[in-house]
Amino acid sequence: MTTETLQAPVPRTPLQEFWHYFKGNKGAVTGLVFILIVCFMALFADIVAPHSPSDQARDALLLPPAWMDGGNWAYFLGTDDVGRDILSRIIHGARLSLSVGLVAVTASLMIGILMGLVAGYCKGVVDTIIMRVVDIMLAMPSLLLAIAIVAILGPSIVNAALAISIVSLPHYVRLTRAATMAEMSRDYVTSSRVIGASPLRLMFVCILPNCVAPLIVQATLGFSTAILDMAALGFLGLGAQPPTPEWGSMLADALQFVQRAWWVVTFPGLMILLTVLAFNLMGDGLRDALDPKLKQ
Amino acid sequence: MFQFIFRRLSLVIPTFIGITLLTFTLIRLIPGDPIEVMAGERGVSAERHAELSAQLGFDQPLYVQYFNYVSGVLQGDLGNSLVTKEPVLSEFLTLFPATIELAFCAAMFAIFIGLPAGIIAAVKRGTLFDHSVMTFSLTGYSMPIFWWALLLMLIFSVNLGWTPVSGRIDVVYWIDDVTGFMLIDSILSGEVGALSSAISHLILPSIVLGTIPMAVIARMTRSSMLEVLSEDYIRTARAKGIAPWRVIIIHALRNALIPVITVIGLQVGILLSGAILTETVFAWPGIGKWLIESIGRRDYPVVQGGILIVASIIIVVNLLVDVAYGIVNPRIRHSR
Amino acid sequence: MSLLKLENLSVTFGQFRAVDQISYTVNEGEVLGIVGESGSGKSVSSLSLMGLIDYPGKVSADELSFMEQDLLSMPETQRRKITGSDIAMIFQDPMTSLNPCYTVGYQIIEALKTHQGGTKKELKTRAIELLNLVGIPAPESRLSAYPHQLSGGMSQRVMIAIAIGCNPKLLIADEPTTALDVTIQAQIIDLLIDLQKQKQMGLVLITHDLALVAEVAHRVIVMYAGQIVESGPASEVFSTPKHPYTQALLASLPESAAGKARLEALPGVVPGQYDRPKGCLLSPRCPYATDHCRNVVPDNQGPLERQVKCHTPLDTMGRPAA
Ligand SMILES: Nc1ncnc2c1ncn2[C@@H]1O[C@H](COP(=O)(O)OP(=O)(O)OP(=O)(O)O)[C@@H](O)[C@H]1O
Ligand code: SF4
Ligand SMILES: [Mg+2]
Repeated sequence: MTTETLQAPVPRTPLQEFWHYFKGNKGAVTGLVFILIVCFMALFADIVAPHSPSDQARDALLLPPAWMDGGNWAYFLGTDDVGRDILSRIIHGARLSLSVGLVAVTASLMIGILMGLVAGYCKGVVDTIIMRVVDIMLAMPSLLLAIAIVAILGPSIVNAALAISIVSLPHYVRLTRAATMAEMSRDYVTSSRVIGASPLRLMFVCILPNCVAPLIVQATLGFSTAILDMAALGFLGLGAQPPTPEWGSMLADALQFVQRAWWVVTFPGLMILLTVLAFNLMGDGLRDALDPKLKQ
Repeated sequence: MFQFIFRRLSLVIPTFIGITLLTFTLIRLIPGDPIEVMAGERGVSAERHAELSAQLGFDQPLYVQYFNYVSGVLQGDLGNSLVTKEPVLSEFLTLFPATIELAFCAAMFAIFIGLPAGIIAAVKRGTLFDHSVMTFSLTGYSMPIFWWALLLMLIFSVNLGWTPVSGRIDVVYWIDDVTGFMLIDSILSGEVGALSSAISHLILPSIVLGTIPMAVIARMTRSSMLEVLSEDYIRTARAKGIAPWRVIIIHALRNALIPVITVIGLQVGILLSGAILTETVFAWPGIGKWLIESIGRRDYPVVQGGILIVASIIIVVNLLVDVAYGIVNPRIRHSR
Repeated sequence: MSLLKLENLSVTFGQFRAVDQISYTVNEGEVLGIVGESGSGKSVSSLSLMGLIDYPGKVSADELSFMEQDLLSMPETQRRKITGSDIAMIFQDPMTSLNPCYTVGYQIIEALKTHQGGTKKELKTRAIELLNLVGIPAPESRLSAYPHQLSGGMSQRVMIAIAIGCNPKLLIADEPTTALDVTIQAQIIDLLIDLQKQKQMGLVLITHDLALVAEVAHRVIVMYAGQIVESGPASEVFSTPKHPYTQALLASLPESAAGKARLEALPGVVPGQYDRPKGCLLSPRCPYATDHCRNVVPDNQGPLERQVKCHTPLDTMGRPAA
């Protein structure tokens, strides 16, 4: 029997399905590629960067980028006021930004999941307390809360990372709790409880896998918030302290160069924008690919 | 409706208590002896230590301290600045109009651009316009605004010379502080050119501060409109033969606005925290700059009080948004 | 005179033909029943009459005319004058078909104002009349009710009030009772038929309920996979179906009357976008299918009043012709 058919979609495994949708999203793929490049730069900063980030070339202060009059190809993006190579500082800054992002996201993800599971599983007073705290944290803008925390603990990169992990907790708690509550009402969970599966086993084996997709998306978006907040804290002088090559703190005293050296101002910020944009693009792509219904 | 407002109000109280607990605890989390830290590196004499300790109430049990703190707060007593010795509240009140003015203009910018952009993008889904709106808003959403401020300053103030670099008005004008709002005060002053100077000082900071809210509003409006446009009642409206603009504005937008209003409300927090960065770059004398400078000066009562006030403002605004939400959404208004 | 006439109307979404070359007419005062399984294109075809198919959907036809006016070539603004006044439509789910943000009164008056105009007071009086007409008690107070305060049956009555507000000549009712309680269903149908008789409207009644069609419709159209497979006077089509599909529909009457969309008598489902057979669209499911059926698309057979799209239409005994 011959039938004329339009090309019917072939059934795929979930992973293939995911990849099929993800790679159809140009923005998401671009984001992924950019992030991979930044990761590469961060991992091999010592090899990739043409100079040490702290080398001060005394004879080359505020050198413009290479393609401009007076530029020098040895300092592709120019140099800052004490003669440090901006490109090298940006490359080393990638290492810092990504590791802060990684630490902050991992920490808040783990604690957030735990709190969410507990809140959703125990219900009652525990749940109420956790959710009230979460609500209060959500009522405060994350940057303000982070500033408050750093203001008290004192400005440093570790404290900034700590502050960022704390302020991003609420999202993970909420997501996990909602998924837990939904899962808890399912028959199979009830029956596993009846046959006496331990709460821990239930939480991590039955419930957790069901909220992985939204958590992955949130974690990706969390990276962009972490990098953005970190840079903002650095800019305000509350994060990484001056000699450290961090994207935000590179801009901390850039205001005085707006008049004379645009490159000192432009490139670090551009790098922040592109990296954050890449994570956001990838997060959007992940969300659409993992579950179209997840869009809120 | 009153019942609805009352219920919302009762939810605010625990949140407020939580915030006071937070700010109360913050100052006690300072590593080391808070009084020594506050006094700076010079160290303090024993009697100055005791004096400060008494002044701040550190010599009493914690719960008494907390009770005193909250009752002070409720009477408007947020303590005094360690640096200027002025009451925190009065310092705040003198600086707040500048921030409101900036945040208000930024919000207007965000709404008047973001809302129409989102609506048109949804109606013209899949077109070049739609794609541009989505690209721009994602970029705006990812923007480190302190850098955006520097960049706009570089282009419009330094290279083109169109806008001033910083402050609220040209130094040649001496404007009496009547309302605290420069736009109003400059009109009241009657000085020629004062208003236009005030406006030109506002433009860049407003754009910078409004960028992220604009992006968020545009995205939210678009997705909300898309969802509403596929609803059955839109089909009903179109089946009545009414004009397309009526379908979009009267039937779709009214419903699509419900989630957008919530999002606009949430932007108040973003505006206030964004103001910290924007005011720092543009030397705008508002509470954001005040807070950051106080942190630098270790003026903890100011930090504590400032954060408490800002957080309270955000809670109040969220409450107002909830009420507005009830007004546009009859289902909520009538629910018990 | 025929009120509505369509010839070879097709609606396509990209490659997919949701409605495939259908032709029929509706006369003044006539009730036309349209039946068919889920996904057979009943809703899409009626939405195309209202001009409510959106990009990327495309409507094409050799003729689509209402009272001798060509609907497809007329300017958009003129078409809107007809939509909602001369042709009106009510939908399947009344609970989601009313705008939750506006009162019942507002939504009724809006349609009146658009097409007829009048002062505020006149419009209000007319709205109350309409609510009375569709059997809503205490109409004055209902005007200020919001849709979420109404039951499903009430909402559908309001929808009917909106639809008949401008005295339409043709009313399209797309499964007007599917979403309602069984007890309410009969009331709504009675109301519709009453109004139809009173106002001598043409009524296109789309439903899964064959018994209902047999009872109230003058003529009936059976749709399958976007095509009309059989049409004719209701009594004839139901007493002596000529198409195997109609026969199967009738055979599963108890289930379909209960609102079950699947046909027990015919295994399988309506072909979708990707599995369109080459020959007769029913051939994969038809008990009488031959190789000829599987390879060659059948034509419409019989006179215009009584057509059937089958190579071997059934005889009066319900057996395929030789
Ligand atoms: N906007 C659209 N885009 C693509 N396909 C569509 C669209 N609208 C409808 N279709 C397809 O057209 C076909 C016919 O749908 P239609 O709603 O007319 O069926 P129906 O006969 O009314 O079914 P039901 O009894 O369930 O209401 C379906 O296969 C549907 O998937
Ligand atoms: S043409 Fe053949 S397959 Fe199609 S309905 Fe008739 S008998 Fe069945
Ligand atoms: Mg339908």
